Amino acid sequence: MEEPLLELKNVTKEYTIGGGLGLTERKTIRAVDKVSFTILGKKPTIVALVGQSGSGKTTIARIILGLLEPTSGEVLYKGKDTRLWLKKDKKTYRHNVQVIFQDPYGIYNPFYRVDRVLFKAVKKFGLASSSEEAHKMVIESMRAMGLRPEDLLGRYPHQISGGERQRLMLVRILLMKPKLVVADEPVSMIDVSLRSIFLNNLQDLKERIEMSCLYITHDLNIAHYVADEIIVLCHGRIVEIGDAKSIVKDPLHPYSQNLVNAIPIPDPTKRWKDAAQIKEVTFEELRAEQGCMYSHKCPHVMPMCKKEVPPLTELGSGRKAACFLYPR
Amino acid sequence: MRKTDRILQVEDLRVYYKSIFGDVRSVDGVSFSVGSNEVFGIAGESGCGKSTLVEGILRVIMPPGYIKSGKIMFKEKDLLSLEEEEMRRLRWTELSYIPQGSMSSLNPVLKIEEQMVDAVTSHMSTPKEEASNMAISSLKEVGLPLEVAGMYPHELSGGMKQRVIIATAILLKPSLIVADEPVTALDVVVQKGILQSIANLRDIYGITVIFVAHDLAAHAQIVDRLTVMYAGKIAEIGSVYDIFGDPLHPYSKLLVAAIPSIEKEAVQGIPGLAPSPLDWPPGCRFHPRCPYAIPVCPHDEPPLKEMSPGRYAACHLLG
Repeated sequence: MEEPLLELKNVTKEYTIGGGLGLTERKTIRAVDKVSFTILGKKPTIVALVGQSGSGKTTIARIILGLLEPTSGEVLYKGKDTRLWLKKDKKTYRHNVQVIFQDPYGIYNPFYRVDRVLFKAVKKFGLASSSEEAHKMVIESMRAMGLRPEDLLGRYPHQISGGERQRLMLVRILLMKPKLVVADEPVSMIDVSLRSIFLNNLQDLKERIEMSCLYITHDLNIAHYVADEIIVLCHGRIVEIGDAKSIVKDPLHPYSQNLVNAIPIPDPTKRWKDAAQIKEVTFEELRAEQGCMYSHKCPHVMPMCKKEVPPLTELGSGRKAACFLYPR
Repeated sequence: MRKTDRILQVEDLRVYYKSIFGDVRSVDGVSFSVGSNEVFGIAGESGCGKSTLVEGILRVIMPPGYIKSGKIMFKEKDLLSLEEEEMRRLRWTELSYIPQGSMSSLNPVLKIEEQMVDAVTSHMSTPKEEASNMAISSLKEVGLPLEVAGMYPHELSGGMKQRVIIATAILLKPSLIVADEPVTALDVVVQKGILQSIANLRDIYGITVIFVAHDLAAHAQIVDRLTVMYAGKIAEIGSVYDIFGDPLHPYSKLLVAAIPSIEKEAVQGIPGLAPSPLDWPPGCRFHPRCPYAIPVCPHDEPPLKEMSPGRYAACHLLG
């Protein structure tokens, strides 16, 4: 059997907070709790990791990229632990696992021209044999992503828009041809009119270089549009996995149902049905102490939900949910 | 809209910023009116002048920004001719403002109740005790539990802080509230709750709301009438149903088509770049990005014309 492209096995990350000067209590927070999932990568797939803020999305991304060490569990890239990759063959790993960060303003050095990120990559990974060839490659790749090289080459970061900066990252990916791209909220800081161009480019790129992508977002409108599969994360635990269209159409886990119901549909004839009521906000704990993380808010809560953590159960056709309501 | 129904009327407002390169014409001749009891939305990309526009209307624009010209009528009062002291008295009692990112500007060393009482006593000669009661009932109106009054900002979540800001804005029962990007930086579930409370200001308390956001989905959920701004000018004004159902201006058309939605299969972005306010394109400011541009567009600026009652658009293609 061929090894999956990326496999997370019981990945857990704990952060310790407090304890400064002995004034506050030291606490351990489990940001990511036994997360396991696989991206097979046999055919190019975009997998969206969806959750509210604080659900551990970015922590998972950083662990995959080797920027953070997991407290326990392992991340396997092509069957080999990422820590081993980074120790033994860092260059290959960095070449094949690329990243797009959220902030298109922070990643460019304001003193260098923007095309440096492209030429550096070509040089460092030896993608071209001469500088003429490098130049030709960069120009071709920019054109392929619908960018005009004559407008962008030689410009400084402040002279181009956030949308173009993020699309230059896609050009870099087209040059590098990685197997996996981790994209952490890549469109949240760019303008609405430019977002869909980026998303269409990303999908085009997926087919063109046959890469898979872990797309991290809190916006289900975008996840549904761009992804093939969706993983729903609730306070560091996976609560549901499935095909993107069916998760949005028919969410099984009560937490996913809550997320889907909160999606603002950009159509005034489809407003929220419960728009007129104000619900009392309460000081409930953000997450349940024991059992299912969502048990304190769940409308279908049963006594066992508060005691045991529901396992992620296979429900057929690639759908999995971690809820005692299933299988029915 | 009958003239008496109007609560705010803005005529040819220009708000510029001084700079060494000359004036930055961020808001460049904007006219619209807001009827009482409506939720009026202002949408547009970053840099189109949304925030500058509302700062101009409320006269809170900071130097180097200044109001170049125009007229702002609020309930028979000409705001631009008022003395600063008169304007100050209008704020909070008649006009409230929820600036962008205001939930992070709560005073960290004062309890929520104290901050709210301050807002009351600096505008009215209300005894402290009564002001406290007002604060508490206001918190209740936005769905917050009473304990919040005695807490400090760091003890609250982002969504709760935003609700405190809304509660403070409605303390003195103003007739108009201007909310600038109140739901950005909040996640979906919290965002829904805040949008619901904003819609409620109108539904339950009859407060008129000007809602500024770049997110068209939020507009679609709560506003009655929507203005689409582009490059310091208004491209189109109309009921939210018209703008989403049958946009007239090419920019609104492309913008509505560009939002990914769980109900849509494919979306297309708008090619090109939003122009810089230092150097707006001549003629129609959208012409360099407009797929429908005709020879007249780079030369003449299209005026904002009334296409049907309450429906305005600025485009040469429209009659």
